[in-house]
Amino acid sequence: MADVEDGPGSPAAPGAGGGSAPPVGRLPGRTAWGLRVWWMTAAMWTRSAMAYRTSFVLMTVGNLAATGMDFVVIALMFRHTGSLGGWGLREVAFLYGTAGLAMGLADLLVGSIDKLGERIRLGTLDVVLVRPAPALAQMAADRFALRRIGRPLQASAVLAWALAGLHVDWTWDRVLLLPVMAVCGTVIFASLFVAGSCLQFWAADAAEVQNTVTYGGATLLQYPPTVFARELVAGTVFGVPLAFVNWLPALHVLGRPDPLHLPEAFRFASPAAAALAAAAAGLLWRAGLRSYRGTGS
Amino acid sequence: MALIEVDGVSRTFTVRARAGRFRRTRREVRAVDGLDFTVEEGECVGYIGPNGAGKSTTVKMLTGILVPSAGRLRVAGVDPARERVRLAHRIGVVFGQRTTLWWDLPLRDSFELVRRVYRVPADRFRRNLDRCLEMLDLGPLLDTPVRQLSLGQRMRGDLAAALLHDPRVLYLDEPTIGLDVVSRNRVREFLREVNTGHGTTVLLTTHDLTDVERLCSRVMVIDHGRVVHDGGLAELHAVGESERTLVVDLAAPHPPVEVAGARVVRVEGPRQWLAFPASRSAAPLVAEVAARYPLVDLSVREPAIEDVIARLYSGERAGAAAGAGEGAAVRSG
Repeated sequence: MADVEDGPGSPAAPGAGGGSAPPVGRLPGRTAWGLRVWWMTAAMWTRSAMAYRTSFVLMTVGNLAATGMDFVVIALMFRHTGSLGGWGLREVAFLYGTAGLAMGLADLLVGSIDKLGERIRLGTLDVVLVRPAPALAQMAADRFALRRIGRPLQASAVLAWALAGLHVDWTWDRVLLLPVMAVCGTVIFASLFVAGSCLQFWAADAAEVQNTVTYGGATLLQYPPTVFARELVAGTVFGVPLAFVNWLPALHVLGRPDPLHLPEAFRFASPAAAALAAAAAGLLWRAGLRSYRGTGS
Repeated sequence: MALIEVDGVSRTFTVRARAGRFRRTRREVRAVDGLDFTVEEGECVGYIGPNGAGKSTTVKMLTGILVPSAGRLRVAGVDPARERVRLAHRIGVVFGQRTTLWWDLPLRDSFELVRRVYRVPADRFRRNLDRCLEMLDLGPLLDTPVRQLSLGQRMRGDLAAALLHDPRVLYLDEPTIGLDVVSRNRVREFLREVNTGHGTTVLLTTHDLTDVERLCSRVMVIDHGRVVHDGGLAELHAVGESERTLVVDLAAPHPPVEVAGARVVRVEGPRQWLAFPASRSAAPLVAEVAARYPLVDLSVREPAIEDVIARLYSGERAGAAAGAGEGAAVRSG
C-alpha cells in the first residue's frame, strides 16, 4: 500500500526468472493483492497457533473470561447508581458494545503491527522488505492471533443485550447506522494502530503512545461523553477521531443531546472520519518506511 | 550488460547522540563511501570486510531495503530503491541469522507460501523444488516442523526457499555462520552447483575465508566503506602477505623449533605457533617438524580477515613507497 513502487514508464525489463508480472501501479490491484497477502500470512499464523491446540483453546477461553469480567464491573456500578452522566445501563452497554466491537475487530485484523519496533531492532523488518508484497499488509498480519476474537465476541454479546432492552424507535436511519458504526469504528481503530506503530520508525519504544490511544481510547468510549470534560470530548472529535467510533452516531441512535452542541451532520460523519483516518495512517506509514529506508526523514 | 552495476554509491547515516542535559549532537557517518563495481551474470563474488566496514549496508542497498544517499545502482535491470517489489522477484536473499521459514509449521508450508507470494507457476515450482530437495537432501524433512530442524537443516531450508522463484541473483549474508563442518561443506557444494550448474549470480558476505576460497573466483574487500581489494583470493593473499599459522604440540616444552620457511611467533609450554606464508602448502612443513621434533598434535589456522586486511593496508603503503606494480587490483583509497 505504501512504498515506492514502479515509477511511471519504467521499462518492463524482460528476464529469465523475472517471475510472473508483479502487481504494480494501479491502486485497486495493489490493494487487492495486499489483502490477499494479509490473508495468506494470517492463515499461516493461525495454522502455527494450531500446532499448540490446547494452548490456543485455553488462551481463547481465558481471553473471553477476562473481557467478560470487564463488563460485569460496569454492571455492578449500576447497582449503586441509576445512571451515569445521565445515561442508563442499557445505553452504556450500547456504548460498551460498539466500542469493544470496533476495537476488538481492529486489534484482531492489524493489532500486532505494534511489534514493528521489535522487528526494526532485530533487523527482521528487512526480511519483510525483500518479499514482493506490500510491507504494510505483511506487517498487519504479522503474528495474527485468532484468539483475539474473544473481545469482539464478548462485545457483540453485550451489544445484543443492550439492543434488546433499549427503548428506541428503530427507524431505517437508526438501523443503518449500526453496521456503519461497526465498519467505520473498526477502520478508525485500525488506522490508529497503524499510525501509532509508525511512530516506532522514529522512536523504537513508542508502542506505549499507541497503546494509550487505542486501548485507552476504547476504554474512554465505553462511558458516556457527558462524564468527561468538554475539552477531552472536543479532542476526540477534532483531534484523534475517536468520537466518530460510537459517541457521535450513538447520539442519533439513542436520541440524546450533544454535550458539545455540534451540527447534526457530525452524527453521520463517521464514514468521512474513517476515510480521513485511513488516509492519514497510510501517509504516515509511507513516511515511516521512507525514513527507515533513507529516502527522507 | 552487467547484472549488478554500482556507480559512485554512498550512504550516510545521521547519528544523534546526547551531549549534555539538553544538547544533542548530530553526526553524519559514512557507512559506504563512493562504491564502484560491476558484477557480470554468472559470477560468484565474495564480499568481505571487518564488522562495520559497510558490507551489510551495501547488501541492503542492492536488495532495495535501503536507498543510497548518492550514486546509481542497478540490479537485474531494475533500480532497487525505486522498484523494490519488482526487484524482489529477481533476487533471492538468505540472511544467515534470520530465518524466513515458519517456525511451527512443516517445512513444506514455508515453500508453499513462497510459491503463492512470488506467484511461481505450478510446473516451474515443482521443478525447482524437486531440484532443491534432491541437492540439499531435504525430502525426508518436508513434513518436519521447522523448530525441530537443526541449524544446518534450517539453513538448507532457507537456501531452498530463496531459490524457488528462480532468482537471477542470490545474496547470502553469512550463510555458514554457526554451522558444523559437515553442514558447511554441504552448503558450499550446493552453492557451487547453483552458481556453476544453474548460472545464478552469487554475492556472499562472510567472515569465513574458506567459504570464499571454495566458492568465489573474485573477492572484494571493503573497509571503511570503500573497496580496498577487488580480484582473486590468491592475489589477496599475495598482496596482503598473509600468513597461516601452524600450531604444534610437542611432547615437552622445547626451545623454539627451527624449520625453513616458517618462524616461531609464540611459545607456551609444549605448544608453539609457527607462521608461514598463506600461499605455501603446510604439508612439507608438517613433515619436517614431525621428522625432527617429538610432535604430539597439530592444527593449521587460516588467516583472519582482519589480519589480511591489516596487512593489506601495510602492504599498500609499502607497495606505494617502492612503486611496485603488483598487478593485482589494490585501489588506493
